[in-house]
Amino acid sequence: MTNKIMDIFTQQLINGLVLGSIYALVALGYTMVYGILELINFAHGEVTMIGAMVALTAIGVLMGLNPELPGLVVVLGGVLVAIPACMALGFTIEKVAYRPLRHAPRLAPLITAIGVSIILQNAAMLIWGRQYVSFPPLLPQGRHEILGAHITDLQIFIVVLSFAIMGSLWLLVERSKLGRAMRATAQSKEVAQLMGVNVDRIISATFIIGSALAAIAGVMVSAYYGLAHYYMGFMLGLKAFAAAVLGGIGNIAGAMLGGLLLGIIEALGAGYIGDITGGFLGSHYQDVFAFFVLIAVLVFRPSGLLGERVANRA
Amino acid sequence: MPEGGGTLPKLPGLDFLYRNPRRAFVLLAVLLAALPFLVGAGLGNSWVRVLDFVLLYMLLAIGLNIVVGYAGLLDLGYIAFYALGAYVYAWLASPHFGLHLPFWAILPIGAAFAGLFGVLLGAPTLRLRGDYLAIVTLGFGEIIRIFMNNLNAPFNLTNGPQGMNLIDPVSVAGMSFGRSWEVFGMTVPPTYLYYYLFLAFTLLAIGVAMRLQDSRIGRAWAALREDEVAAAAMGINTRNVKLLAFAMGATFGGLAGGLFAAFQGFISPESFTLWESILVVCMIVLGGMGNIPGVLLGAALLTIIPEALRYVGDLQRATMGEVVVDPSDLRMLLFGVALVAMMLFRPSGLLPSRQRKRELTAEDGVAEQERADLYDSKA
Amino acid sequence: MNSLKWLAGSVLVSALVAGCGQQAAENAETGDVVRIGSVAPLTGPQTHIGKDNENGARLAIEEINAAGLTLGGKPVKLELLGEDDQADPKTATIVADKLLDAGVVAVIGHLNSGTTIPASKRYHDAGIPQISPSATAVAYTAQGFSNAFRVMANDAQQGKALGEYAVGKLGAKKIAIIDDRTAYGQGLADEFEKAAKAVGGEIVAREFTNDKATDFAAILTNIKGKGADLVFFGGMDPQGGPMAQQMKRLGLAAKLLGGDGLQNINFIKLAGADAEGVIASSPGLPLDAMPGGKEFKAKFEAKYGPIQVYAPYAYDAAYVLVEAMKRADSSEPAKVVAALAQTDYQGVTGPLKFDEKGDTVGGAVTMYEVKNGAWTVLETVK
Repeated sequence: MTNKIMDIFTQQLINGLVLGSIYALVALGYTMVYGILELINFAHGEVTMIGAMVALTAIGVLMGLNPELPGLVVVLGGVLVAIPACMALGFTIEKVAYRPLRHAPRLAPLITAIGVSIILQNAAMLIWGRQYVSFPPLLPQGRHEILGAHITDLQIFIVVLSFAIMGSLWLLVERSKLGRAMRATAQSKEVAQLMGVNVDRIISATFIIGSALAAIAGVMVSAYYGLAHYYMGFMLGLKAFAAAVLGGIGNIAGAMLGGLLLGIIEALGAGYIGDITGGFLGSHYQDVFAFFVLIAVLVFRPSGLLGERVANRA
Repeated sequence: MPEGGGTLPKLPGLDFLYRNPRRAFVLLAVLLAALPFLVGAGLGNSWVRVLDFVLLYMLLAIGLNIVVGYAGLLDLGYIAFYALGAYVYAWLASPHFGLHLPFWAILPIGAAFAGLFGVLLGAPTLRLRGDYLAIVTLGFGEIIRIFMNNLNAPFNLTNGPQGMNLIDPVSVAGMSFGRSWEVFGMTVPPTYLYYYLFLAFTLLAIGVAMRLQDSRIGRAWAALREDEVAAAAMGINTRNVKLLAFAMGATFGGLAGGLFAAFQGFISPESFTLWESILVVCMIVLGGMGNIPGVLLGAALLTIIPEALRYVGDLQRATMGEVVVDPSDLRMLLFGVALVAMMLFRPSGLLPSRQRKRELTAEDGVAEQERADLYDSKA
Repeated sequence: MNSLKWLAGSVLVSALVAGCGQQAAENAETGDVVRIGSVAPLTGPQTHIGKDNENGARLAIEEINAAGLTLGGKPVKLELLGEDDQADPKTATIVADKLLDAGVVAVIGHLNSGTTIPASKRYHDAGIPQISPSATAVAYTAQGFSNAFRVMANDAQQGKALGEYAVGKLGAKKIAIIDDRTAYGQGLADEFEKAAKAVGGEIVAREFTNDKATDFAAILTNIKGKGADLVFFGGMDPQGGPMAQQMKRLGLAAKLLGGDGLQNINFIKLAGADAEGVIASSPGLPLDAMPGGKEFKAKFEAKYGPIQVYAPYAYDAAYVLVEAMKRADSSEPAKVVAALAQTDYQGVTGPLKFDEKGDTVGGAVTMYEVKNGAWTVLETVK
């Protein structure tokens, strides 16, 4: 019996790890933009959704052209279409909705961010319809058993991918010239400009990279859950934001840590809260955990777990 | 038009009203009193109901305006207070607990309850600014909705997703607002009665909000909004002033919620979603943050436009046999575009606040403001 | 005083906007046209289902008009006014008033329980009959309104049938229940729980999700830990589809059972291969088995495309209403309400009779199972 309890616990940890990796994938995009602009790009979740939708359309076309293509190639094709589409979208959003307001009161870009989010959701609804769209089972679904728990190829891939992306992003920011310019811009736009950094271009580049990540995240999410929907980005975006704050916003490793922690908190919370409280609370409060974590972090450690204390940020 | 676009172009032919405020006041009072009958006769009872909702949203917008417009704290979970007010009304005036208190007793309880929650939300978020605050309030709004949706077990507090039904209508001096009455040979349906009730509360709220704006507290809020550090340096107790803004805003929300519950007779958590919060934010942003007439205009426009858009659909159905472009599909899209466009091109709203205008026009405005501040500091 | 000016301005603008609507709202003279309202969400996430409802009612009305209807010795033409309540309780009451303003004598709708209940008060006050094709919350007919009817088994009826079927026929011993915390899902799940317990089923887990969720791994793992052999889900296909997939992924061997929210084509699309073996119920009899069912399906699909969910119920609701008008020989609401209570009609969804509350009497519930990627009839339980 104890063995079984352990098995279930391992399974919940794996559930949390996979869910957390998904949050982390989206949170990385949030944290990049926030790190540089100190702006919550509310629309980031929606960019993720657009990525999934565009990829699905491309996958549909590819499968129509040649039904013999291997699944992996088709999905890769979808991702390759979705990435430039989202890059263009991210670039446009920044240029149209955020750049003109860079010196406006903080409330202004936040409101346009909400506006952009509404626009993208409804535009997606007009283009792709209101129904949930199913994602064809193209990726390998092989199941493995580890320590009495189940894990699939796709789940392993998602976890590995999120670590790989985090790693390359870290390399980009810490080791490349572009990354150095990004860090300079994040510290002080004015000084960076004096040092010969083209701040506008750096900010555009940040949005473009963040949106490319969103495209990948979107495809992974909809491949994993087997569906896509115009509303899918919103909650995902909020959770990912909570994850980014938990880890320390602006910090790449923090986004990863925050995502994984939030995923595990949600999985363990939803799995055990009913038994712990004797049925008083239950899994219906799963979404509440993320918000409680968010509020608690902001109140007790506004800089997050790995973030450095920055005055005036929180 | 001066920079900031502060003035509404004067309507030709109405000069006599601008010259004589008292005449304008009387005319306005007559117009407001006759409005339901005019609308009812011209457009039907359903539009009187729309008018009722316009007033309810005005009440909400006035409340949120205190938090967002005056104090500059973006609250994306405002609808939670509306929900709390509505649920308090339902608890105290429905068969759910078998309580049937009169509305004049419940409304203050509901408003106070919501106000208390306003402080509870405000307290932990005092240190947060701008976007962090927005996200936390959004989370708070969702938490309240999720709790309302789930508290039918272990004890049945809210009846969960099924909602609470058979809520008592408002009743004044034995006259129930739940049914039509004959007055001087005219049939007065419930929607008309609620119109006058809501109008009374809205006018009261307008009065309170305007007095608040010009009060010491109102100026403290403005200082807080413009620069929190400077405000603190000037001796403003930013903590208390913030909490007060949250509490005041929430109180109006709770009041509106109670009225909503009595008016509808049925409430369920689906009436209190995040989008309702965002809708109210849209209203005040569109109308003009911080400016009561602007906020009222925003509430009126965003309540009426979706209803008017209905006819666009009917028109398409009549002329083309089907709805080619679904107007309410476009509605949300247009809201989004409006939000972005307003921020880019007219950040102070359709009717910007005088305060903002004063800040933008250098001449006598600032001097006057400085004088006012000087006198105030002596008190 | 300056602000008063703005106030006057705002009121004027509102009045102008209101005035613009008037021309479009111009009412035609009623004469011998009898107006019937149909309300469902025609915008928002449920558009396809709402449209389906309206089309079902429209088809019936067109057929009746084509056949000719005579009431009180005068030929009468029926007109269906379709309205959109956006699945929003507040909009529902506005729409109800709008229909009453237009002088409808009866309403077929609304689609959701959350909109049907607040609107029913308006129809009750006006004394006109309301027949909902799809609202299943028990509370709708429990308000004591004599004018409120529905043609679909309510949550209690369907939940009871499902609960008894799970324990009696499927032999479930340890049952886990999940609901999506909507009025529909929670109502159905609670009734299922009651019924399953009453016939000796053991509820080992009661889990919850929401109607926007996609990840159920945590609750399903918990259910696996409790050793459930049957999972009942009260909710709709967008959650049910991924849930079926995730059950397989976690190696949870329990059977998935659902209500009419799962019994549709989209569920099979979303669940893919994992839909195989899932069982779900639908109120009424299978359309193909009903006299006139096949013809209805052919006619409807030729005109509006595939049936989504509730079109046959809206179609039956319209017929039940007109039959009552015929028996009353009048379109006068009070007489129609009285006649409706005496309904005994053979519809495409089954025989229809109302009890004193306005619920269908002895409504049949049919069980379906996914076999080879399609819903196939298992059996009909009474």
